[in-house]
Amino acid sequence: MAQSTAKTDYQGRIHNLQKDMIGRYYARLTAAAENRGEKAVYMLISGNPVELIEAFDMIPVYPEVNALQLAVKKQSLPLILAAEEMGYSTDNCAYVKADVGMYFAGRKTPFATIPEPDLLLCNYVGCNVYLQWFEHLQEYSKAPIYNLDVPFFRTKAIDPSEEDVSYVVKQLEDLVEILERMSGKKLDYQKLQRIVELSGETGALWSDIKRLAQRRPTPYDAYFDSVMMMAPLYCLRGTEDGLRFFQEAYKEMKQRADNHEGPLPEEKFRLVMEGPPPWPYLRQFRDMFSRWGAVAVASTYSTVGGIWEFGFRHDPQRPLESIARHMLQWNVCNRNFMQRYQQIKDYVDDWGADALVIHSVKSCRLFSAGQGDMREYFTKQLNVPTLLIESDIEDPRYFSEAQLRNRVDAFFEALEHQRMLVSK
Amino acid sequence: MEVKVATTLVEEIPQLDSMLASCREIAEDSDFATAKHWLEEHPQKKAIGCFPIYCPVELIHASGMLPLGIIGAGNQIEITHADSRFQSFVCSIVKSTLELGLTDRLKFLDGMLFHSICDPTRNLASVFQRNFPGLFVEYIHFPQNFASPLGRKYLETEYRRLLNRLQERSGYSPTPADLNRSISLYNRIRCALREIYRIRTETPHLLSAAESFVLVRAGTLMAPEDFLQILEKVLAEIPGRAARPKDRIRVVLEGSFCELPPLGLIETVEQAGCYIVEDDFLRGWRWFTEGVPIQENPLAALAESYSERAYYSGTKHDSRETKAAHLIRLCKEKKANAVIFQAAKFCEPALFDYALYRKALEAANIPHLLLEFEEKTWSFDRARSEAETFVESLLFD
Repeated sequence: MAQSTAKTDYQGRIHNLQKDMIGRYYARLTAAAENRGEKAVYMLISGNPVELIEAFDMIPVYPEVNALQLAVKKQSLPLILAAEEMGYSTDNCAYVKADVGMYFAGRKTPFATIPEPDLLLCNYVGCNVYLQWFEHLQEYSKAPIYNLDVPFFRTKAIDPSEEDVSYVVKQLEDLVEILERMSGKKLDYQKLQRIVELSGETGALWSDIKRLAQRRPTPYDAYFDSVMMMAPLYCLRGTEDGLRFFQEAYKEMKQRADNHEGPLPEEKFRLVMEGPPPWPYLRQFRDMFSRWGAVAVASTYSTVGGIWEFGFRHDPQRPLESIARHMLQWNVCNRNFMQRYQQIKDYVDDWGADALVIHSVKSCRLFSAGQGDMREYFTKQLNVPTLLIESDIEDPRYFSEAQLRNRVDAFFEALEHQRMLVSK
Repeated sequence: MEVKVATTLVEEIPQLDSMLASCREIAEDSDFATAKHWLEEHPQKKAIGCFPIYCPVELIHASGMLPLGIIGAGNQIEITHADSRFQSFVCSIVKSTLELGLTDRLKFLDGMLFHSICDPTRNLASVFQRNFPGLFVEYIHFPQNFASPLGRKYLETEYRRLLNRLQERSGYSPTPADLNRSISLYNRIRCALREIYRIRTETPHLLSAAESFVLVRAGTLMAPEDFLQILEKVLAEIPGRAARPKDRIRVVLEGSFCELPPLGLIETVEQAGCYIVEDDFLRGWRWFTEGVPIQENPLAALAESYSERAYYSGTKHDSRETKAAHLIRLCKEKKANAVIFQAAKFCEPALFDYALYRKALEAANIPHLLLEFEEKTWSFDRARSEAETFVESLLFD
């Protein structure tokens, strides 16, 4: 039976650390916007070469992170509407619309002033909207653009081909030249190696944290808490701050796991969550699961910016090659649906999940288009109880709370009933 | 439905109108009768379906197989199975193409090729792989870096990979001479199609957009050798057509590069008083702005042409000239009075382009109209009244 829950999100020591660090990151953005700081390089989250940007002391700007922050802070709708007024369709990704709306509203947000781009670095990693998005930003800002083309991980081979890797490495070398021109200084290779080493160590800790969710109970919710930890993972990867955050986070999670502490009083159902969260209603959405004692032990969305839990590490001995491999292979966006099915299946098996919940979002067709087939595969072929529900990642108009709650309740009632039958 | 096959059509019915009528039947036939008939006559040949937008058909042809345009199902079939795989916010062509597969209508194909045009298509390729395990399914990565020569060099290696995969399937390993023969054949087809489009730009009263649309579409559903014969006959007959110019506005039509608009919609726009002097219908089957060079390394020639001598497309992101600047230049070149943006419902690439174009067209003072469609639409009253109002506002301005 569903319970009302008093507290459903994790607020430990790292919460304050994160607030502090991300606050500093946003202060850097504001400084850049006010011409007091570093040069701003716009990039996308999934599979990016932030290590090179940090090596040149520039600041990465992630329109996706800004868009999601706007949604979390319930600021996205007027910006989306402003973009639709300009001609954007209701069917266009609302991340883009919120970002465009924010751009034309003076780039001021409650968390920072976003700088104009000095370089639009479109790391095209599976998501075709990325290309459109940066094409539009180029049209509006007239900033220089570089499309870093990453071949889709499209074959049945275990690894991308050598041609694929070398193509990306050569483009990274192009990028180094561009950054050298922009900064007026040569790449400091040792500095790059150190930054790549930091990314490698951060990835290793993140992987360890994810593996802790295999414990019973899981010490944290690997969807709702993991997506919060994505901010330091993406905005601070390759920095000392980023590494320190994950050292602390691992310590804290490990202690909780050893003490058998979970995010809920009782862990009744272990879930794999697929798809991005509804940022404007994160709390309401989380509560729908918490009240059933359902906790995520793994999630695909937390691998948008990188998959580390299956062994990938950035390698300081081969910095560009390992950045290229991260972009090509070790993030969920550049993988095809078959590879995502396999990833979910591994989570179900190795993290001991009882069910799969697919949150389909209209904005992100990369994630969602075809998830009906995914449900078909998991329910019919693998016999994994699967729930498919729909709302949106950014646009609050698509979140129908009562309807979602009904679907979620019906699903867990059925699961509970099934359990009762088995135990009899 | 009985469909006249291309060979009969060339030999016995040379008149332009009958040829176009037959093309229309082929274009609207979701049973692919013409292609199936050809395959029966060539039992050693296999057919490979090409999903929009562009596919290097020469590679398929040189491997001894027949490339065919598998581009949704128009308004010919009802979607009953694919709806459970793809959500309501996904465009019709993705669902109808899957429906063709789920209802066994693609069984005559040996394989399907997809490529990176948009996210639903990307996922459709995987859904095909899972649902049709016996089918050869390949996904081509077309580079999006045009600023550096690395992109086109990479495309050459991608073509080599694809060619290897195709020859595994066909059992025939084409030589450079084979590839060049296929390139020559398709060069002649594309050259004839450019001529068709030149006629439509210069003397639009001689051939309507709907007519050229069915011609090109039919060409994707038959053997290229047969199509070339038809094209040559059509081109020979067009100048003799008795038609007088009408008082219409000249429009460039953009946004219909993937899902095919219903023929009735194209006719509606024309009847409302538009000469469509340029469009992006089936652009992938016309793709190059000039012939692909015949040279020792045909794959390099194809890859270089993709990067240097291809039309602009909503899904090709060439940062060397912005899309908006390109469209405005195109309007001037074609002496167009206006742009009609005809986007498929839920088509994210086209709808993104619209936002970009609208801003630029307004800045350049070029009138424009947005018409959304679905391949399965059959009533055009609303489009008619919108297009008529648009035309009137321009004619009597």
